[in-house]
Amino acid sequence: MIDLSTDCAGIKSPNPFWLASAPPTNSGEQVMRAFEYGWGGAVWKTLGQDPPVINTTSRYGAIDIGGQKMAGFNNIELITDRPLEDNLREIYEVKKRFPKHAVIASLMVPCERSAWHEIIDRAMDTGCDGIELNFGCPHGMSERGMGSAVGQVPDYVRMVTEFAKERSKVPVLVKLTPNVADIRFPARAAREGGADGVSLINTINSIMGVDLNTLAPKFSVGGKVAHGGYCGPAVKPIALNMVSQIATDPPTRGLPISGIGGISTWADAVEFMLLGATSVQLCTAVMHYGFRIIEELNAGLSDWMEGKGFSKTSEFIGRAAVNVVDWKKLNLHHKTVASIDHSKCIGCDLCYVACNDTAHQCIAIDRRKGNRKPHVIEADCVGCNLCALVCPVDACITMNNVKTGHKPLSWEEYTASGMKGHKEVYKRMHG
Amino acid sequence: MDSATAKIYRENFKEISPALTPEEARIEAHRCLYCYDAPCVTACPTKIDIPRFIKQISSSNILGSAKTILEANALGHSCARACPVEVLCEGACVYHQWQERPIDIAKLQRHATQTLQDNGIQPFKPGPDNGFKVAVIGAGPAGAACATYLRRLGYRVTLFEKNKLPGGLNTFGIAEYKMQQKVSLEELERIFALGAELKLGVEVGKDIPAEDLLSGFDAVFIGIGLAGTHKLGVPGEDLAGVWDALSFIRHVKDRNLKPLGRSRTTVVVGAGNTAIDASTQSKRIGTERVVMAYRRGRADMSAYGFELELAQTDGVEFLWNVKVATILGTRKVEGIRLVGTKISQGKLVEIPRSGWNLPCDRVIKAIGQTKHYSLSKALGLKLASDGRIQVAPKTLQTSHPKVFAGGDAINGGKEVVHAAADGKRAAHAIHRRLQPDAELPPGDEYWVSTIEGRRVAPLQDRA
Repeated sequence: MIDLSTDCAGIKSPNPFWLASAPPTNSGEQVMRAFEYGWGGAVWKTLGQDPPVINTTSRYGAIDIGGQKMAGFNNIELITDRPLEDNLREIYEVKKRFPKHAVIASLMVPCERSAWHEIIDRAMDTGCDGIELNFGCPHGMSERGMGSAVGQVPDYVRMVTEFAKERSKVPVLVKLTPNVADIRFPARAAREGGADGVSLINTINSIMGVDLNTLAPKFSVGGKVAHGGYCGPAVKPIALNMVSQIATDPPTRGLPISGIGGISTWADAVEFMLLGATSVQLCTAVMHYGFRIIEELNAGLSDWMEGKGFSKTSEFIGRAAVNVVDWKKLNLHHKTVASIDHSKCIGCDLCYVACNDTAHQCIAIDRRKGNRKPHVIEADCVGCNLCALVCPVDACITMNNVKTGHKPLSWEEYTASGMKGHKEVYKRMHG
Repeated sequence: MDSATAKIYRENFKEISPALTPEEARIEAHRCLYCYDAPCVTACPTKIDIPRFIKQISSSNILGSAKTILEANALGHSCARACPVEVLCEGACVYHQWQERPIDIAKLQRHATQTLQDNGIQPFKPGPDNGFKVAVIGAGPAGAACATYLRRLGYRVTLFEKNKLPGGLNTFGIAEYKMQQKVSLEELERIFALGAELKLGVEVGKDIPAEDLLSGFDAVFIGIGLAGTHKLGVPGEDLAGVWDALSFIRHVKDRNLKPLGRSRTTVVVGAGNTAIDASTQSKRIGTERVVMAYRRGRADMSAYGFELELAQTDGVEFLWNVKVATILGTRKVEGIRLVGTKISQGKLVEIPRSGWNLPCDRVIKAIGQTKHYSLSKALGLKLASDGRIQVAPKTLQTSHPKVFAGGDAINGGKEVVHAAADGKRAAHAIHRRLQPDAELPPGDEYWVSTIEGRRVAPLQDRA
């Protein structure tokens, strides 16, 4: 029996899939519908002080890449624009009806102890399972000294986390902004402030494009645009890196992580979990297709776990993080070369032009008899992967390991030995 | 047009390959792999940079896409419908190697050129006047293409067309369900707007002497196509109800069905693409029974496989290995006498006592066209043994240094796209002849820049 349940920083949910704090969790009605579909948890659309914010019309924008709609998404929507009392009452109602699901109250108030104490006290009465401090929102609220304006200053992160911990009776997650030079510093500050976990990434500062007819930036509010927060499938690699950084940085190692950023499928979620996330949060994919995607997220994760022989999520969380290392620890003596399977090759010659124009000039075509199928000049191949990446056919170009007969040698070891035998090492790897 | 005829055209002559919606075009364009040195380009007689024009569609530059197409193929708008892409660009698509549906190149091309057409955009400008005069005989695909490039290079061009409408077989010979006549005409209107003078209803050699063109022009391009249908050489060929396929199709194209009369059973003689067009259109104008009769077997037919399929879908019947002995009837066709044939010692022979009469009231001959001889004779041009005008393969120059030729008149009857390619090639050759020092226009040869160095694709074979 596959058990999908997770415990992220003490917040338990029947599966690791939570709705991120965003429009899908704007109301009790939505969150309950999501739970009925099978979502494991929901981080409520961020609560703030009354009076509620006023939003603009025209709030979302997207880019389509290669015909894929909403490959990247952005928004300039602020925190909830509903009265605090309404939200608190609905959280209470939802929690009563769905006691086993995780309901997390996302909060954002000015950086004053009293303000944080007050809202946390009120949140405690809802019976929520955890709170998430929104230090990530990069637009609008940040201009008012909240959201990413906090997340970008580790001292504030620490301070406000302390405020929250002084009153919260439930686990506190700190939601981090990626709009920083090094995500490890705010993460360390969160831990120092007593955070039970971090959630990341929030959205990235973005302008989605410029309308080439009107010459105004796209998705404008009456012709003017403020930068928004970027998310969706396109940001996943950035998020994965930041999750892995926190999972591997000694001061934050072991700090529970709720992974966010471009997750659309069960496989995306597994990747976040393998790099250290205990739960994952989704928004763009849900905004694209609706709550129903949870059915396949749960089924896909369960099938994968079964295939891999895992019965609990804790058995694989973080398993890939150990393989994220600094460049200096990579083996300079590891060698792969490309190989093209002519039985699969369709002769589009994309690998050929890519390699010759932009990589390392080691693919050739013997054009006799009208042949279009390229071949790899193995002696020159540096194993860069580009050909395999551009090839449209599955498993047509494979990167095969070549035994070099040399012991592993990292840059760290190599320079520690005074770059001994430089010419030989260079020659071995670069002909 | 009476309401019954209007109904026929509305219901039976719908385009078999309808336009893509912008969304469909976008999705289809994104399927294109943007192959390097793409085989679809090599397969196109006019060498349209297909991956590029598709990329332009996927990047929302639809008009730029149309320009890429029309730069290489002056008749790109028509060719998007008239081309047998199954055996040209789409047939060469690498998706076939994948056992996948090829890119819908024709429909994407149509999407681009139709957008240009609907916006009334003229993508090219005439070149600065250089004073040279070129006569173009025949305003069919070859002549129209030639005129396009010559005007863009600044030549004064006069086209002599014996018909009252330009376009030749592009206007009168493409099955109406593939391309409506107005498509050909709207494209030609855009072409002639570049400033070529079009003399309609003027037949060179009859209305004006051919020799006058040699003295009055600096160069002459011949794009006269082919002449009437071959004769069957059997009794009854002159009976009312016997049609040659091109005249028959022309009436259908003109949407003027009255002169054709009614037919319950039509026999189409021949098995080329024209025979298919005649058969399917016979069916579509309401003929109950249409029988295609061919003297050889199915394997020998010259029609493309996908054309045969179309005729089968339309309910056309086929008689293989039968020869016409007599067309029966007193004043009008009442039947046709057919005789079985077989191959004996490599020769086609009649099977003795195999004749039978097939009652029918219309016979359409689609057994190939004869050549025009009088014009070549008047100009003293050398001909190939089968009557085609002989030309140098690269320049399309005839045995007369001032005279160039292209299209069906030199290839014996190919596609619109081949004629368009010839027109372009000849225009560039005329330019090089008249202004040897002028800068060469781009694209007169199909150059691709490969990593090994520039190379030219092989010329189309000219059997």
